[in-house]
Amino acid sequence: MNHITNLLEIDRLQTVFWNGKEDVVAVQDISFNLKAGETIGIVGESGCGKSVTSLSIMRLLGNNGRIKQGEIRFNGQNIADNSEKELRTLRGKEISMIFQEPMSSLNPVLTIGHQLVEMIQCHTSLTRREAKAYAIEMLHKVGLPHGKNLMNTYPHTLSGGMRQRIMIAMALSCKPKLLIADEPTTALDVTIQAQILELMKVLQQESKAAIMLITHDLGVVAEMADRVVVMYAGQIVESADVFTLFREPKHPYTQGLMASIPSIHGANERLQAIPGTVPSITKMPEGCRFHTRCALATNRCRQEQPELKSVAGEHQVRCWVVEEQTIPLSNIVNSRQQEASVL
Amino acid sequence: MIADSPLLQVEQLKTYYPIKKGVFSRTVGHVKAVDDITLSIHKGETLGLVGESGCGKSSFGRSIVRLENPFEGRILFENEDITYRKQKELREVRTRLQIIFQDPYASLNPRQRVADILAEPYIAHNLATGSQVQARVNRLLDMVGLPQAYKNRYPHEFSGGQRQRIGIARAISFEPKLIVCDEPVSALDVSIQAQILNLLSDLQQELNLTYLFIAHGIGAVKYISTRVAVMYLGKIVEIGDKDELFRSPRHPYTQILLQAYPKPDPTLRADKRIVIQGDVPSPANPPSGCRFHTRCPYAQELCRVEEPVLDEQPHAVACHFPLAQ
Repeated sequence: MNHITNLLEIDRLQTVFWNGKEDVVAVQDISFNLKAGETIGIVGESGCGKSVTSLSIMRLLGNNGRIKQGEIRFNGQNIADNSEKELRTLRGKEISMIFQEPMSSLNPVLTIGHQLVEMIQCHTSLTRREAKAYAIEMLHKVGLPHGKNLMNTYPHTLSGGMRQRIMIAMALSCKPKLLIADEPTTALDVTIQAQILELMKVLQQESKAAIMLITHDLGVVAEMADRVVVMYAGQIVESADVFTLFREPKHPYTQGLMASIPSIHGANERLQAIPGTVPSITKMPEGCRFHTRCALATNRCRQEQPELKSVAGEHQVRCWVVEEQTIPLSNIVNSRQQEASVL
Repeated sequence: MIADSPLLQVEQLKTYYPIKKGVFSRTVGHVKAVDDITLSIHKGETLGLVGESGCGKSSFGRSIVRLENPFEGRILFENEDITYRKQKELREVRTRLQIIFQDPYASLNPRQRVADILAEPYIAHNLATGSQVQARVNRLLDMVGLPQAYKNRYPHEFSGGQRQRIGIARAISFEPKLIVCDEPVSALDVSIQAQILNLLSDLQQELNLTYLFIAHGIGAVKYISTRVAVMYLGKIVEIGDKDELFRSPRHPYTQILLQAYPKPDPTLRADKRIVIQGDVPSPANPPSGCRFHTRCPYAQELCRVEEPVLDEQPHAVACHFPLAQ
């Protein structure tokens, strides 16, 4: 791994939140790299720590969250211990972020123009007039041709798709090297989602920015990502390039996720649901965190925690069964009682 | 498959919401959420209803269970006209006609224990007392795969998937004929969605249920439905057998909707798919002619002027220039 080619390197990141009594570990042992121009997909269900990972990079962890261990190197520099002031020069300019809910991430009492111009002036030396012209240009770029009129409107008058376009315009206006998109299309309809994904692809080709795409939707990942990281209960359980991951998922959780999506082409067999629910972060099971829901769990899985190990090149898996290759990974057992019983 | 008379018949149903303005709240117009829908649902089938947000699919579902009052049209449920029944007269109908809501967090009373939530329908309808109620509640929990030991817990102690199971248990308490499932899995994680979809299809077999399954996720609709209807701006634009509709959609909107759905397979990446521009127009002021013409890649002059009607085929489409099959 050549250090210079990696734009972002996350090394053994552990982020914790103080709940008043103790530190609760939200994510643990997170390591991955991202090159310029590359798109990495972070997949997992709610509560798996995918958003905490991205918020750790931006250090938007609130008063009770902190990075306890590990390094986040951006352009070769560790930013995990940067001061707020140093972070300000990065946020928005070098690294910017798009959130899931475009309504709550825009200020409802300020016009679109005000918010865009503020952002641009904050990070560049443009005058107000220049910033305004540039903002209109950015709006045009994200497919909002009537930028001039839009500048004077308020967020509530716009549709969800338009708001998300404005968020993208804002996020890309300072030509960031890294764009973190946290469920950018989850709140949108499929036809609008297709528009936004298309737009992100086009703009990425133009700007050569790296994208970290956080989503629970395997379809979106398959469409957008070059590499994929699958997270479960605060850890990475599998990572590989997108084609390898979808062709031969190794971890029982990844396999379970893929089997649980109803196909819109194939026949309608019974869906292979993963039994149980994600464990709560205060009550993590011993050993492998997935063992309570895993049909292949052995005694070792219940006692010892597996490490993320390479199975072939860049394909890494955190699983004893895969590591030992004892049993061939097959279908996941499915019984209704079992599906629901684990709290 | 098709029985003699359908379980539910909807004729030219219109559900409008008034737009009020001014000091005297004068009605200045209507949001035409459901605008002239005719369809029927047969016993034992699952009709999937898809469409984007704001297309009126939930209003349609709620109108059928009479949670909304229709503006015009007729709803025949088991050959009874329930369109203008009073709420009091609807009580009995609702033992046969139930609904499951989208948000399992909002649809359960947070101050009631699960046992009370599930016992309430029996008590309200005087159908069971004392130990009988308990036995029924236990049976419901068994049916939806929740341990009986959970019945003294409150809704907040459950995960989203488990809450949706409680919602389902409540809906099947009278073994209804028809259940309207209003986006029952949209708020759930992928692996949990599969559990709930499996449960719904198991229950359908066990209790001989009929579903109207409303969703915007095409995958779930494809999995559970026997027939599918596609809605756009208050109208049904296409309806037909599931496999046929998915294999060869006849309406451009259906085609675009199917293509827009990202497939979980990177080798199928869409390089040159048709991405439709723009947003769904407002249902308060729908476009003239075909309502889809503003976004349709194939729209012609006729589409702007004349509104197409749903043809009489088994695989029906409302389009002047339907796609070749």
